[in-house]
Amino acid sequence: MPAVFFAIVAVMLTAWAVLDGFDFGVGIVHRIVARTEEERGRALATVLPVWDGNEVWLVAGGAVLLLAFPRAYAAAMSGMYLALIMVLWLLVFRGVSIELRGHVDHPLWRAAWDSMFALSSTVLAFVAGVALGNVVRGVPIGPTGWFQLDLFAIAGDRVAAIDGYTGTIGLLSVVLLAAHGASYVAWKTDGGLRERASSVAKLAWRAAVPLAVVATVVTGFVRPAMFAAIARRPWVWPLAASAIGSTVVAFRALAAALDRRAFLASSALIASLLLATAGGLYPTLIPSTVDPAYDIDAYGAASGHHGLVVGLFWWVPAIVLVVLYFANLFWLSRGKVTAEDADAHHG
Amino acid sequence: MTALGWHRFQFAFTITFHYLFPQLTMGLALLLVVFKAIALATGDDRYDHLARFWARIFAVNFAIGVVTGVPMEFQFGTNWARFSDATGGVIGFTLALEGLFAFFAESAFLGLLLFGEKKLGRIAHFGTAVAVFLGSWLSGYFIVATNAFMQHPVGYDVSPGGRFSLVDASAFVFNAWAFWEYAHVMCAAVMTGTFVVAAVSAFWLLCGRHEAHAQRAMRVAVVVGLAACLAQLFPTGDRQGKLVAEDQRPTLAAMEGKYTSGSRAELVIVGQPNTEEQRLENPIVVPYALSFLAYGSFGAIVQGLEDFPRETWPDNIELLYYAYHVMVGLGTLLTGVMLLGALLLWRGVLFRARPMLWALLLAWPFPYVATTAGWMTAELGRQPWLVYGLVRTADGTSLNVGSGDVVFSTLGFMGLYLLLGLLFVMLVAREIARGPEHAPARA
Repeated sequence: MPAVFFAIVAVMLTAWAVLDGFDFGVGIVHRIVARTEEERGRALATVLPVWDGNEVWLVAGGAVLLLAFPRAYAAAMSGMYLALIMVLWLLVFRGVSIELRGHVDHPLWRAAWDSMFALSSTVLAFVAGVALGNVVRGVPIGPTGWFQLDLFAIAGDRVAAIDGYTGTIGLLSVVLLAAHGASYVAWKTDGGLRERASSVAKLAWRAAVPLAVVATVVTGFVRPAMFAAIARRPWVWPLAASAIGSTVVAFRALAAALDRRAFLASSALIASLLLATAGGLYPTLIPSTVDPAYDIDAYGAASGHHGLVVGLFWWVPAIVLVVLYFANLFWLSRGKVTAEDADAHHG
Repeated sequence: MTALGWHRFQFAFTITFHYLFPQLTMGLALLLVVFKAIALATGDDRYDHLARFWARIFAVNFAIGVVTGVPMEFQFGTNWARFSDATGGVIGFTLALEGLFAFFAESAFLGLLLFGEKKLGRIAHFGTAVAVFLGSWLSGYFIVATNAFMQHPVGYDVSPGGRFSLVDASAFVFNAWAFWEYAHVMCAAVMTGTFVVAAVSAFWLLCGRHEAHAQRAMRVAVVVGLAACLAQLFPTGDRQGKLVAEDQRPTLAAMEGKYTSGSRAELVIVGQPNTEEQRLENPIVVPYALSFLAYGSFGAIVQGLEDFPRETWPDNIELLYYAYHVMVGLGTLLTGVMLLGALLLWRGVLFRARPMLWALLLAWPFPYVATTAGWMTAELGRQPWLVYGLVRTADGTSLNVGSGDVVFSTLGFMGLYLLLGLLFVMLVAREIARGPEHAPARA
C-alpha cells in the first residue's frame, strides 16, 4: 500500500507540474510575447478557465501526501518554513492577478496585474524547481526526524533551500516551463501573438537542452544513488527514453509549426522527467544528507493500513470524475482564443 | 508572546480572514441556484439579471476565498508539524476527499457558470450553478468533519508513540458532531448570504434604483434568510449546545461563565466573568434555563469550572465567554430583524418601509461577526486541546521553526490580507454601484 500511494502522490504532483506548469509558463512569457493590452488579455484568457483546476492538483496532492505520509509532509513543510510561506504568498498573488485583472477597465490596473502575474509565475516556477532539487539532493534530517534548512547559501558546502544545485534545477524549471507555456500560447492563439509565442518557445527549448544536460550531470554528483537505482529498474527506462523522444518531437513540431504537438511534447517531457526522478528515488520520500539511515521513506512514513485502503477506494472514482471534468473543460474551451473570448472575462 | 502564541495567532488570523469569504460563497451559491430556478420556472428575465449580477460578486469573493484557502492546508505542515505528523493519517483523509471531490468540481464548473451562459443553454447553465453549489457545500462538510474530529475524536486508534490511525473511516466521516456542526455552520453561511443580498437590495430600494430587481432579490433573501435564522436557533444551535454540554463539560462552564456547580442552573444573558475571583460581575440571568437547555430538565446539575482540574480549563475563559454571548446575542437579534422583514413582506409594505430597509441595509456585517464569534467559541472552547482530550495545543507546533520565522510570516500574512481586503471592498463596491442591469450574459 505505501508503494501505491508513493505512485499516487508522484502522479498527482506530476499532473500539477504539467498543468499548472503551463499557467506558470504563460505568466513567464506573456509580457514578452504579447505586445498590446489586447494581446495580453488574449494570452491570459488561455489560462483563465483552467488555472484554478490546475492548482487543485497541488492542493489535493498535498492532502493525499498528508494522509498517506504524514511524517514526510510535516518534516518537509516545517523544515523549509520560510521558503514554503513565501510560496504561499506568491500563489496568492498569482491567483488574484489572474482573477482581478479583468474587473477594472483601466490600463494602469491591468498593467499592474500583468506584471504581478509575470513576476509571481516566474518566481513560482523557479521555486518549484528548487523544491524538486531539495527532494533530490536531500535535507539535513538528523536523529530527531526533523530539520530546519537555511533559506539560501551563496557558496560553500552548506546545504540550503536555495543553493547552487537547487538553483540550477530552479533555472531549468523556469526555462522549461517558459517553453511549455509559450507552446501553449502558440497553440491557443493566432496572429502575431502565435508567431512570437512560437519563437519564444524555440528559444526556450534551445536553452533548456544544454541546461537539462548540465542539471543531469550535476545530479549525478549530488545523488549518484538515484542513477544507480534507475539503472537497476528497467521499468524506469521507458521514461528516460520518452524524455529524449519528446524533446526530439518538440523541436520537429516547432519547426513544422505544429503547435499542439509541441505543447504535448513539452508536457510529455516534464511528466517523464518527474516520474523518472520519482522512480529513481523510490522508496525514499525525503533523503537525509546527514545519514541515509535518517531518510524518510514510504514504508517508515506510511499511515495505518485501513486509512490507506479506504483512501484508495475513494481515490479511484474521484480521479475518474476529475478526468471527466478536465476533458469536458478542455473540450468546451477548445480552439483558438479570440478577442471576443478575452472580452467576455472583462468588465 | 511565545512561539506557541504566535503560531496560534497566525492560524487564528489567517483562518478568520479566510472564512469571511467561503461563508458568502456557500450562502450565495444557494441563492444563485434559487435565482436561476425561479428564472427557469417563471421566465422572468430579471431573475437571470440578478443571477448574473450576484455571480460577478461571487467570482471576486470565490477568488479571494481560494487564494486565502490554499495557505490553510499548508499551515498544518509548516506551523503545526507535530500535529500533522501525529494525526495526518486521520485528518488527511477528509482533507484529501475535499480536494478530490469538492475543489475539482468547483473549479471545473465555476468557469462555466461565470463565462458559459451563451455557450451552454439555460438548462445546462442552471446545472453548473447546482454543481458549484454542491461542490462548495461538500467542501464545507469535509472541513467541518475534520474540525468535528478535533472536537470529539471518533473512529481512530492511537499508537503508544502518539501516532493516530484511522480504524473506522465511516465513523470518522459521519461523526455525530460533524452533522450538527455542519448544519449550524451552513445555516450561518445562508444567513450571511441572505443578509448581504438583502443589504444590497435595501440600498437600491432606498436609492430608488433598479427597483424591480431589488424587490425580487429582497423577497428571496427575506424568505430564505428567515428559514436559515430559525433553523440556526433551533434545532441546529440547540443540538450543537447539547453536544458541548455532553462531551466538553469544562467548555460549557466557561462559555456560561459558570464557576460553581449546581442544579437549576441559570442562563447568563449579560455579565462579566472574573476568573481571579471565580465569579460573574453584574449578571442578568434567566433562572433554571441553562439546566433545561443543556440537559432537558430544570433540576439537572450543571457542573461549574470548580469541578474540573485547572489543566483542562479552556485557557481564555473571558474571550470564550464573550465570543459565545456575542454569537447568541447577534443570532437572536438577526432572527428578529428577518422576522420583522418577513412580516412586512407578508403585509406587502416592506418595499416602502424605509426604517426597515435601513435596518436591513446596516445589518449585513453582523452575520459575519456572529459567524466569527461562533467559530471562536468552538475553537477557544476546544482548548487546551488540539484533539479534545488527546493532543494538547502546546504539543502540536513545529519545534523546528523559530519564533522569529513565525512573527515574520504572521506580519506578512497580515499585510497581504489587508491588501486583499481593500481590493475586495473596492471591487464589490464598483459592482454594486453599476447594478444588475449592466451585466450581460457572457460567451
